[in-house]
Amino acid sequence: MTLEMRYLTARYDVPDAHRLEVAERHGAYAAARKALTQMTPEQIREEVKAAHIRGRGGAGFPMGVKWGFLRPAPGQQVYLVVNADEGEPGTFKDRSIMERDPHRLVEGCIIACRAIGAHRCWIYVRCELALAMQRLDEAIAAARARGYLGPRPFGVPHEIEIFTHPGAGAYICGEETALLESLEGRRGEPRLKPPFPAVRGAFGMPTIVNNVESIAHLPDVITMGGAAFAALGRLPGEGGTRLYGVSGHVKKPGIYEAPSGITLRELIYDLGGGMLHEDRPLKAVIPGGSSTPLIPASLVVHAPAPSHPLHAWHGKSALDVPMGVETFRALGSMLGTCGAIVMDSSVSMVEVARNLMRFYAHESCGQCTPCREGTGWLVDIMDRICEGRGRPEDVALLVDVSNDMMGNTICALADGTAMPMLALVKYFHEEFLEAVRGGARDRRLDDSTRALVGGAP
Amino acid sequence: MAFALSPEREQLAAQILTRYPDPRAACIPLLHLCQQQHGWCSPEVIDYVARRIGVSTAHVLGVVTFYTSLFQKPHPPNVVWVCRTLSCDLRGAKVIQEHLERRLGCRPGGRSKDGKFALKKAECLAACGGAPVVQINDRYYENLTLAELDRILDEIAARTAAVEPSEPRHQEPDAGGAA
Ligand SMILES: Cc1cc2nc3c(=O)[nH]c(=O)nc-3n(C[C@H](O)[C@H](O)[C@H](O)COP(=O)(O)O)c2cc1C
Ligand code: FES
Repeated sequence: MTLEMRYLTARYDVPDAHRLEVAERHGAYAAARKALTQMTPEQIREEVKAAHIRGRGGAGFPMGVKWGFLRPAPGQQVYLVVNADEGEPGTFKDRSIMERDPHRLVEGCIIACRAIGAHRCWIYVRCELALAMQRLDEAIAAARARGYLGPRPFGVPHEIEIFTHPGAGAYICGEETALLESLEGRRGEPRLKPPFPAVRGAFGMPTIVNNVESIAHLPDVITMGGAAFAALGRLPGEGGTRLYGVSGHVKKPGIYEAPSGITLRELIYDLGGGMLHEDRPLKAVIPGGSSTPLIPASLVVHAPAPSHPLHAWHGKSALDVPMGVETFRALGSMLGTCGAIVMDSSVSMVEVARNLMRFYAHESCGQCTPCREGTGWLVDIMDRICEGRGRPEDVALLVDVSNDMMGNTICALADGTAMPMLALVKYFHEEFLEAVRGGARDRRLDDSTRALVGGAP
Repeated sequence: MAFALSPEREQLAAQILTRYPDPRAACIPLLHLCQQQHGWCSPEVIDYVARRIGVSTAHVLGVVTFYTSLFQKPHPPNVVWVCRTLSCDLRGAKVIQEHLERRLGCRPGGRSKDGKFALKKAECLAACGGAPVVQINDRYYENLTLAELDRILDEIAARTAAVEPSEPRHQEPDAGGAA
């Protein structure tokens, strides 16, 4: 298949690639050696800037720009913290890196530490990922024994130590400041920003927080050079390949590496193998993790003004717009983590809303009233709508509650709840009204798959 | 009785404490270590961790209550987590849960008739491409069918020693509802 590429995933199918000898035989640590022994930290940072990596953790912030915010005062330590809390529903890419090629992440951490002047790196791994944690611990120990970590990695006097740190089951700890609270041994309640972590992060020190995948691209950036890496992407300012996930009603759910800027159509019908059942067409897709507003299959781009960022796709299906940070914002959604959840025509969007709202209500840390109360209300409303007890005003109420949550909280969990809720109501308004009128009660989400699992059809 | 770690784990704990510029950061790793040995975060465990990192027991309790994976009550030897988030629900997770309920004879939040299993609902386990997914103790089981699930449970039940019937049989309230 031409769409798939093998850079970050080059060692995914190599047996035992998690072992140092094997990984090294297949190229591991050559880039770290080059970065430490042949490049200055400034040169590494320049290559990373030129690579145009948009953060892979969901917010899409340019990696090189974030690193540029560091201004440590004399005597201050700089820390690297890697976000391996992977918890955004629909997202399962970081786990594959840690389990299948942990040395790539360790190598990326070495390069990043050198570039930003850090001597300590913590990888915050959600505790459910026991195998990932074990593989990382083994990889770190092996790299250390080989002299790639420790006081003089590759003989260079820049001490680097990497530690894993377990989470304890809380989605909110994926938010970078909640993660720092949790790393420091407290409840995972997000901090007010500013100060941003680059100014005041872990243990009060300037800290760079990056996603696992963002860091795992670094060996390729060093090997190829930033500009060549950027050129792998199809969009200006959004470079490289990236990991796409596809789950739900497709024939081949999984993780695929492909250029930045492929389309949802390519992701679903090419990489994902197409819809699970030929007679059940696509109804809607959540493009990049559950917090990104869904896109109905019928959505057509309306951008008649030549100045509109999507003008080139005016009149075309939203499924044919390249998946980029800017393009998807213009589309009224978000790129997020590129973990797409695909839903066929059997799916009740009202039940989808209930499922997602339960997740967010369970995971709200409770610190901010609009989020704690708002997520709770949304679940209550969805429960009664789905159980046939909906009230005429409920659909409007969903919109009001969502709007009241937006922009009124310390972290983005509330926005990440409200935005998908609003999109569901906007695109499937009639379905919500029908449900409130007592339409379909307690519809299941597994009509298309019950038989596959072995349940009664 | 005061809680103590086994000698090997005590060594691990000492090592963990060297990883941070501030010992308080070892709170969660130490709680995990104690829970591995003791099964749950008992008041004695909380007391031990508090002393070890130099904070109040109230602080450690506050941490324990925040996180789903730190148990505040004793647990059966095996914990079955069934993921019910969207990607899994689209691929039959509800069928998996219903089967588990029938087979174990309990609802999520409860324990099986034989006392060997706790059943819990999980939120997205970062394995959506392998839906439906169940986590049992430290292991993930993906692309499950009911037949396979039965085989796995049989195997685990067979290697789990019989549980004393005198153990307390609490039913936790199921926060998320069981639908
Ligand atoms: C509620 C919430 C959950 C998040 N979960 C994760 C996560 O699991 N993994 C992750 O890398 N970023 C997550 N993020 C984004 C982080 O806050 C942060 O932007 C990211 O780790 C930065 O890394 P990047 O720039 O390399 O993407 C989350 C954000 C929010 C608001
Ligand atoms: S939804 Fe079940 S693993 Fe993600």
